[in-house]
Amino acid sequence: MNDVTSMNNSNNISIYAIIIGMAIVTYIPRVLPVFIMERFKMPKWVNRWLQSIPYAALGALIFPGILTVDSEVPAIGFIGGVVALIISWFKVNVIFSVLGSILAVMIAKMFI
Amino acid sequence: MFLITEKKNYTTGVMKGIKAAIPIAIGYFPIAIAFGVISVQSGISLIQATSMSLMVFAGASQFMAAGMIGSGAGAGEIILATFILNLRHFIMSMTVMHRFRNLSKKSTAALAFGVTDETFAVLSMKEENSDLQEEKLFAASLILTSYASWVIGTIIGGIFVDVIPQSISASMSVGLYAMFIGLLVPAVRESWKTGIIAVSGMALCWIFSRFMDTGWAIILATILAGLIGVGKNERCD
Repeated sequence: MNDVTSMNNSNNISIYAIIIGMAIVTYIPRVLPVFIMERFKMPKWVNRWLQSIPYAALGALIFPGILTVDSEVPAIGFIGGVVALIISWFKVNVIFSVLGSILAVMIAKMFI
Repeated sequence: MFLITEKKNYTTGVMKGIKAAIPIAIGYFPIAIAFGVISVQSGISLIQATSMSLMVFAGASQFMAAGMIGSGAGAGEIILATFILNLRHFIMSMTVMHRFRNLSKKSTAALAFGVTDETFAVLSMKEENSDLQEEKLFAASLILTSYASWVIGTIIGGIFVDVIPQSISASMSVGLYAMFIGLLVPAVRESWKTGIIAVSGMALCWIFSRFMDTGWAIILATILAGLIGVGKNERCD
């Protein structure tokens, strides 16, 4: 407890400086496309590329990241992913995949 | 008559946005709680952790920053690492802004703040709506609901540091991956070419992540796997 409260002011100021710096460098890549996208007319292939980006990005975000759900046992994240895959195959609302995989991981953690 | 139509658009757009954000909000909540807990444990105050969630709104980089602050890393180092990790949002925001190209720049600049992996995933997989007002309200309410979950979770985690069992939030971190899968699978069922692009993204990201940081691996894998889509549907356009 005292570790936190005894931190001096300069340290506090530098944490706020870090937060503001992070906020700026995080917002820039997010907002830049607002000004780029209308500057020039997109060639057709760029349009097709942009339309494919969501699928490519989803793939890259899912794997191998899902294996780090439990960094010591990659199989646990894998099991959660398979359960999500099976549930979402039935074209139900995404929420069921989310809840089903959480449940599967909770159960898997009891056994592994 | 006019008023009634506008009002209908207003509520349907907002309600659809909130509904679409529920999986994100459920996924964010335990992760945000974990972030609050870890921040306070690394010597970041509750107000500072909350400010970070309010101003940065990018989960992975916030965890990294909390860890780096805890281990005494310098400000420049932390900010640079944040930039690299969050650069992937540039690619994602390009897709989102392409969809919203007909909205005013003021609106899109505001919406841009809320482009995360998850909001991007839901926004980009949704069918385009020709009703601009509804499209804008949908996006805004989706982002605000997700944002609220992220910020409130951080506060709760920071307050109840000692009471929250780590195991629960650990199990729930699979939720966001499940959401990505849940968004991807229906698209793959409709067009197997989508599946090829996604699996290429996975394979490339896996290969790249052995040689570089996660942020770069995701960026490169997304750009390259997306290029596979350039060749497809040549005739259908």
